[in-house]
Amino acid sequence: MTEGEDALIRPFRGASAIMSRSTPLREVHESLGATLTDFAGWLMPLRYGSESAEHDAVRTAAGLFDLSHMGEIFVTGPRAGEALDYALVGRLSTLGPGRARYTMMVNEVGGILDDLIVYRLGDEEFMVVANAANAPMVARELTERAQPSGAVVEDRSDDYALIAVQGPRSVEILRGLTEGGAAAELDGLKYYAIIPGTVAGVSALIARTGYTGEDGFELFVRPQDAAPLWQALSEAGKETGLTPAGLSSRDTLRLEAGMPLYGNELTTETTPFDAGLGRVVRFDKPGDFVGRAALAKIAQHETGTEETGAEETGASRRLVGLVARGRRVPRHGYPVTRGGEVVGEVTSGAPSRSLGRPIALAYISRTAAESGDGLAVDIRGAQEPVDIVDLPFYRRSK
Amino acid sequence: MSSIPEDLSYTKEHEWLAGLDDGMTVTVGITAHAAEQLGDVVYVQVPEVGATVTAGDAVGEVESTKSVSDIFSPVDGEVVETNPAVVDDPSLVNSDPYGEGWLFRVRIEHEPDEVLSAAEYGAFISGES
Repeated sequence: MTEGEDALIRPFRGASAIMSRSTPLREVHESLGATLTDFAGWLMPLRYGSESAEHDAVRTAAGLFDLSHMGEIFVTGPRAGEALDYALVGRLSTLGPGRARYTMMVNEVGGILDDLIVYRLGDEEFMVVANAANAPMVARELTERAQPSGAVVEDRSDDYALIAVQGPRSVEILRGLTEGGAAAELDGLKYYAIIPGTVAGVSALIARTGYTGEDGFELFVRPQDAAPLWQALSEAGKETGLTPAGLSSRDTLRLEAGMPLYGNELTTETTPFDAGLGRVVRFDKPGDFVGRAALAKIAQHETGTEETGAEETGASRRLVGLVARGRRVPRHGYPVTRGGEVVGEVTSGAPSRSLGRPIALAYISRTAAESGDGLAVDIRGAQEPVDIVDLPFYRRSK
Repeated sequence: MSSIPEDLSYTKEHEWLAGLDDGMTVTVGITAHAAEQLGDVVYVQVPEVGATVTAGDAVGEVESTKSVSDIFSPVDGEVVETNPAVVDDPSLVNSDPYGEGWLFRVRIEHEPDEVLSAAEYGAFISGES
């Protein structure tokens, strides 16, 4: 048996480890017997044991994730909100302190440079959380784009480790460890809100955000506090079924939740409209922003009733959810076909624990998306039938 | 270190063969080491009973959450039996790779040219890592 060319994540072994950066939790992962993998230049846990069990733990109890590879970029100053309004597609100046928003950075032609969560920590302080591989570029772009406003941009990724507790029982686990004012506020903390607090004696920014489709928290802490916090959380979550969870389950969880992944669904070749995320582009904000003109042109064709010319000007393709009828898994890069013709391409695919069938996200032509009949994915030469379904594939019960 | 039973033969494609000593039918499966590297196996495709296979041919595939790999026949011969249990429940490859997780049986025409002993396979995988 030999691994095919499609192996998406290769288990990490051996000497090339010195080429990747380690998070402050590397020794913890090793002591837990994790399979480590190189991801975006970081040595990260792929899984600790069975990734299916990790996936299930997050859906039914809770999972513990090391996300310290993510980038934290601070934008501060009296005109910081205005700077972000120009630099990103969203309207961040109206974000209330203590709240967060999902947004994107695009280039002049509307191509996505990264998808981001922006937290407003104070009137004049924002924290922009970027994907690991993109963080240095995002910091550079923000610096350039913020210059006219005088806002200060600082890449503080090295100052923060990030630990996520995700799953329906997250709040229970965190409640017992949270001290001071944050303890009282924890239960009432809204989705996409953030408060400073103390967790297990460690000073943390506590955010109710995540990438799993479940309730959960993300804890931004100092790197030296990461291992003690991880241990305290593991201890506190023992009875509740809290399980360390790696990138493999993180990927299947986000895919079931219909959340895009930068590098798969989102690239510089795609616009927010292609990805079905046109709502994050706020044309109603005052002033110009990078990519506005290009995106406005696309948006006009999106909303207009006139379909003519859509192939050239509007979003000519659609991001759709696919469920396979068979058991073979559509994977990144596989062609989507109809009647023998290629009509699109799979961007992410995985066996779905929640649906019991393989699922995929794919970009397909508008016409193929509209009828939806007779679609297949070319899985190594065989046309395996698939059906379009509404996204997300999985939605948690409230 | 994952287990490598002494009484089996192995290939560099991380397959095990049983029954080489007893006669002309061998059982083929995936090693515990390979199963660990793959992660949770979610789909197994085995060759058709009656198919003629040649050593080195891709005769099936095994998919895990994150990857898909070909299964190569380690021998020349005819497939005489496949394991329906592992097709129904591919996780048997992870839970019992040398037992319930066997894949298929081949009536061989001759001994395969190159197989590894347990010790040789153990040395091979530690050299790979």
